[in-house]
Amino acid sequence: MANARLWGLKKSPWVFHVAAASCNNCDIEILDILTPRWDVERFGIVLVGSPRHADALLVTGVLNRKSLPRVLRVYEQTPKPCLVIGVGTCTCDCHIFTPSYNVIGPYDKYMPVDVYIPGCPPKPEAIISGVVKALKRL
Amino acid sequence: MSVVRILFSFLIFPGFFFTAVVGLFLTWIDRKVTARIHWRVGPPWYQPYADFLKLLLKETIIPEGSSKVLFLLAPVLGLVAMSILAVMLFSMNFNPGGTFVGDLIVIIYLLALPPLGIMIGGSASKNPLASVGVSREMTQYFAYELPFLIIMASIILKAGGAIKFGDIILAQQASGPFLYSISGVIGAIVILLSTQAKLGFVPFDIPEAEQEIMAGPYIEYSGVALAIYKVVRAMMLFLLPLFLISVLWGGFGNWWAIPKFLLIVVLIILMKNTNPRVRIDQALRFFWLGLGVLSVIGLVLAVYGL
Repeated sequence: MANARLWGLKKSPWVFHVAAASCNNCDIEILDILTPRWDVERFGIVLVGSPRHADALLVTGVLNRKSLPRVLRVYEQTPKPCLVIGVGTCTCDCHIFTPSYNVIGPYDKYMPVDVYIPGCPPKPEAIISGVVKALKRL
Repeated sequence: MSVVRILFSFLIFPGFFFTAVVGLFLTWIDRKVTARIHWRVGPPWYQPYADFLKLLLKETIIPEGSSKVLFLLAPVLGLVAMSILAVMLFSMNFNPGGTFVGDLIVIIYLLALPPLGIMIGGSASKNPLASVGVSREMTQYFAYELPFLIIMASIILKAGGAIKFGDIILAQQASGPFLYSISGVIGAIVILLSTQAKLGFVPFDIPEAEQEIMAGPYIEYSGVALAIYKVVRAMMLFLLPLFLISVLWGGFGNWWAIPKFLLIVVLIILMKNTNPRVRIDQALRFFWLGLGVLSVIGLVLAVYGL
């Protein structure tokens, strides 16, 4: 039973894209990996419109006081087990926004994050490799 | 013994299990062909089964303030209807003269149940986007059902007033499929486009438009309930082309049905991939003023035996 569950989760991770106040570069790179050139549907990865359908949350952008409650709410709405993947340097260490009054630090202070993908923005290959590493950790 | 046989035919073959397995395989064909049209590689063959298994074993969240019983039972409505429809279609086609009485009317009602399940489930989920989706689903249902019913009337006329499904197939076996006439071609066009709308495929995927209302009525569904919706959709992808073959193309009791079936499925997938989504008012106008008039012409031609 546990094996079947793991197999299903590994073979069809549906992704919900949480754009938490990012500058849009990471979002564009995430859309890139769905294009015919990288085609992540080979691995069963599909972008879904509702967090209820999702198995993985791709969060982008630097976490600030305004976006924190929204991101937490989306995380709570997602059925478990779910992965959280931080895309971009902003999610790892707040990048150049560290000294800002409104920025409250990386995501793993507030919710479990499975893998961070650094880069500003990360290359599509790096995002795919990060997702594969997150799936291997399961 | 007969109880066991009835249970077997409803649950295993050709009922739920067989239809679901073949239908999920057809959704893989759909995704693979779509991918090849985009010049992509596409998912592996086990992809729909992996999706289904994953959804079955995931947490099912019931949204706060929703009607729990309706929310969880609505997907089952479509599932039951499609299982019964599968049994009826297969038993009628392989034994058209049998004593099993099944009218075309019953089949029309069974085909109406999955959209009804979607409407009930979406309304029960207490989500504004789901309500928008439900209202669109309802409008679209009334849009495509009108030309579909007029064509059903013309098929009954062509079968010499026979309302029994087996008699319609027998009439076609006696005097050639209804498709090989002008009104038959009109009927095929109308049923094909209605099928597209019933399946919620792209020109008419207005109720679950992912870019505007995030999957519409399905938005609050997760886990098992969503899996049931997916499998109902897959079963419809298998059964609706079979229904078209039964009423217009001479039934599927012989091997010739397989190329016919594949042709219809490929037509549906190509239509899905070469069209943009229309607005709900455009869909309504298309179905009532375009296809409605066309189907009335088909009915008049059927009266004169053309």
